[in-house]
Amino acid sequence: MATAEEFREISPSDFFYRNRDIAGFTNPSRAIYSTIRELVENSLDACEVHGILPEIYVRISPETESTSDPTVYRIRVEDNGSGLPAEVIPSAFGQVLFGSKYKLRQTRGTFGLGGKMAVLYGQITTHGRTRVISSVGTSKMYEYLLMMDIQKNRPIVVKHKAHRNKSRWHGTIVEFSTEADYSRAMAKILEYFKQTAIVVPYANLTFVDPRGRLYKFDRATTLMPKAPTETAPHPHGIDIETLKRMIEATNSRTTRDFMKRHFQRVGETIAKRFLEFADIGPKKNPKRLTQDEIVKLVNAIKNYDGFLSPDANCLSPLGKELLKTGIKKELNPEFVAVYQRKPAAYSGFPFIVEVGVAYGGDIPKTDGILLYRFANRIPLLFDEASDVSYNVVNEIMNWRHYKVLPDTPLGVFVHICSLKIPYKTVGKEFIADRPEVEHEVLNAMREVARHLALFLSRKHHMERERKRLDVFSRYLPKIASFSARLAKKGKVPDVKRLLGSVAKYVEEGEAEGSS
Amino acid sequence: MQNMSKKEKRKGAVKERKERVIRALQEFGGKIYGQIVSGEFPWTKMPSRSIKNIFYDQKLRQYVLGNRSVKRSARNIRHIKPLTQLIWTGMFVDELTRQSKTSTLRDVFYSAQAYEMSFTDQQESDNLITDLETVVGYSREDFNVFPEERSAIFGDLTIEYTLPGYEGQRLNLTSHPDGVMIGPALTSSEFIDCKADKVIAIEKGGLFTRFIEERVHTKHKAVLIHTAGQAPRATRSFLRRLNQELDLPVYIFTDGDPWGMHIAMVIISGSANAAHLRDLNTPDAKWFGVWATDIVEYKLPSDRLTELDVKRLYELKKDPRYEGKLWNREIETFMKIKKKAEQEAFSRYGLTYIVDEYLPAKLEMAEAD
Repeated sequence: MATAEEFREISPSDFFYRNRDIAGFTNPSRAIYSTIRELVENSLDACEVHGILPEIYVRISPETESTSDPTVYRIRVEDNGSGLPAEVIPSAFGQVLFGSKYKLRQTRGTFGLGGKMAVLYGQITTHGRTRVISSVGTSKMYEYLLMMDIQKNRPIVVKHKAHRNKSRWHGTIVEFSTEADYSRAMAKILEYFKQTAIVVPYANLTFVDPRGRLYKFDRATTLMPKAPTETAPHPHGIDIETLKRMIEATNSRTTRDFMKRHFQRVGETIAKRFLEFADIGPKKNPKRLTQDEIVKLVNAIKNYDGFLSPDANCLSPLGKELLKTGIKKELNPEFVAVYQRKPAAYSGFPFIVEVGVAYGGDIPKTDGILLYRFANRIPLLFDEASDVSYNVVNEIMNWRHYKVLPDTPLGVFVHICSLKIPYKTVGKEFIADRPEVEHEVLNAMREVARHLALFLSRKHHMERERKRLDVFSRYLPKIASFSARLAKKGKVPDVKRLLGSVAKYVEEGEAEGSS
Repeated sequence: MQNMSKKEKRKGAVKERKERVIRALQEFGGKIYGQIVSGEFPWTKMPSRSIKNIFYDQKLRQYVLGNRSVKRSARNIRHIKPLTQLIWTGMFVDELTRQSKTSTLRDVFYSAQAYEMSFTDQQESDNLITDLETVVGYSREDFNVFPEERSAIFGDLTIEYTLPGYEGQRLNLTSHPDGVMIGPALTSSEFIDCKADKVIAIEKGGLFTRFIEERVHTKHKAVLIHTAGQAPRATRSFLRRLNQELDLPVYIFTDGDPWGMHIAMVIISGSANAAHLRDLNTPDAKWFGVWATDIVEYKLPSDRLTELDVKRLYELKKDPRYEGKLWNREIETFMKIKKKAEQEAFSRYGLTYIVDEYLPAKLEMAEAD
């Protein structure tokens, strides 16, 4: 009498509700960190895509006594981004995997998941509602009180209201309650803000912690990186499913035209040569391609090496100047060198590696080198030892070769931007050790390390010279006065001239090294 | 008449030497001063004291430094500190000498700190005193810097202090039965009158006291000196003065082992450490016991030579100072009998045997030599 196995579908929000670990909501301490991070990233994206200098305000205030367990906090995040049209507000905050980010251009988020996970986590731990206020800068702003139907993955609008927006403010304010262990997450959250301030040096970040302490990170520049442009996919980034969908949607009448129109950097010649290689008639209507032919086409794409490398215009690297500005602003180092590699690609996805190295200043002396990792302008704070950059910095680089000693106060900054960062997990905390990425990181690091070595050797030289001069200026006057006394001369001879001749080497300018 | 003129010459020897020392120090200061005034990095040159530059001079019968020299220049970062220390040391001892104050090596070490000229350790400050000796050509006792160890003297010799506060006071060195300490006050004294006709230097304090008790100083008209082991430089230069200024023969009496033998040798021929100095040795002094051959002849109670003793004997055998019949014979005998004896070993024949029998026999032998 076996009962029939019950099959049923679960919604994406239900899936993430059941598997919240994979999105970084493992426990109350990690959850508050992820909450802040996801919301700040959404806010930054909302500003940058439209070229707005970000003004982000974050407040965490306690709703219960901090001694109670669990502790409930009220989260409020405000930005001056582009704002959301009234009709999408409910879905943007109440429906998992709904969003504006399924495009081929570089943004922080990619799944349309993080911000909603934060809201979802708040709802399941406090059963509270989410308040959203947003405006795109028109004469109206809209306020929503939302809940999420987790099983159906649909927003429930509890209440909504339109207000007058006299000042034509644009931006978004999100506010909700969530369970959290702030005291254990504090260090990471502060580090997150600090590192965000490095990698987004053109943003004003304000954070008020549960005890009312104010942390302000002011922008050091009004320059922003070039915004990314949307691109067609590179052939190497395509699989069978994607190709089928593209064929379904296309208006092209011939396969050759299809290749030219829907893939980046494929022109007449390349399309012709490729189709010859794939042994598929260029005049054939793509919609007539058989299942076997589609598989054949995808396999041919993978094996054809005549495509140009992926177009990097969809990327928005920070650039040398901004990276340097960010590092200087937060760490005030004695020396900075930065370097940007030319675009490279893995599996059809372009990526750019930017690396910086900073010496001294507020960088503490530790046993090792401080590694700051960024991906698409997001600081990565967890699982450092599994990251490709960690391996490069600590295993591959021979720092001694660059005059770096174990106690040299050194910070290394690695920024990888890509359409698809090769994260190892959905938690987006570390980057897989793909050989193409490792190669780029290593070469960039060697470049900045060469500049560092020059600086350090000059610095050591200067220090040696200064010490040398110190010795002379300490002893020559003594010799003068002792010998005068021994020789019974009343006047102590002047050693200025002698000191001057020693000092010559030292006086040369202390030009700050940089690249 | 002859005696009289010698006395005249004697008087003032100490004062004269002191003036020469002060002049040498001042010249050194003047040289450095002049270099600075003419815009030159101050420097000085001195004979090298490295092993390679120490030679035995057969004529002088002592170790001397060869022609190699070292230059210390303030232009050299590694030299400037020791050079400064050297000049400071010169200044310090110049003031000591002028004020007739004395100081120990330890004092020098501490005084330097007041001038922010700290020496890293005693060894460093001792080395600089030695450098200064080399540069100026006088020994540290001439600069009134003394090591801690002291030895003693007893005998019918009258001296006159030159020390401030004691100037003109006279002392007969038989006035204290324990002997008079050979310190700065004594070494800076002038000799006035001497009734003795020889000097006996004794290694051990017990025997020195026995000799006084047994009135060796009157019986044998001897000035007795207790070297307290290896004789301090002040004592060595005092022995030389007794020998040179008063024409007194010097006899040295030590334990019968390689170490005792070497105590005698340093008095006679000087040490390698003092190769940069003159007037510290007494070439005509004679070692008259305890010899290895005495151990055999007098059937003295003895100990076996240790490994270290034997090793030392081999070293001495190669030492150029030990050329000569007596030394060869004694080293060979030591090696043959493999035995050693202390001075006190004579007590086996009664406490006074050494004074009544051994000493007269040795003196007779030495004088006949």
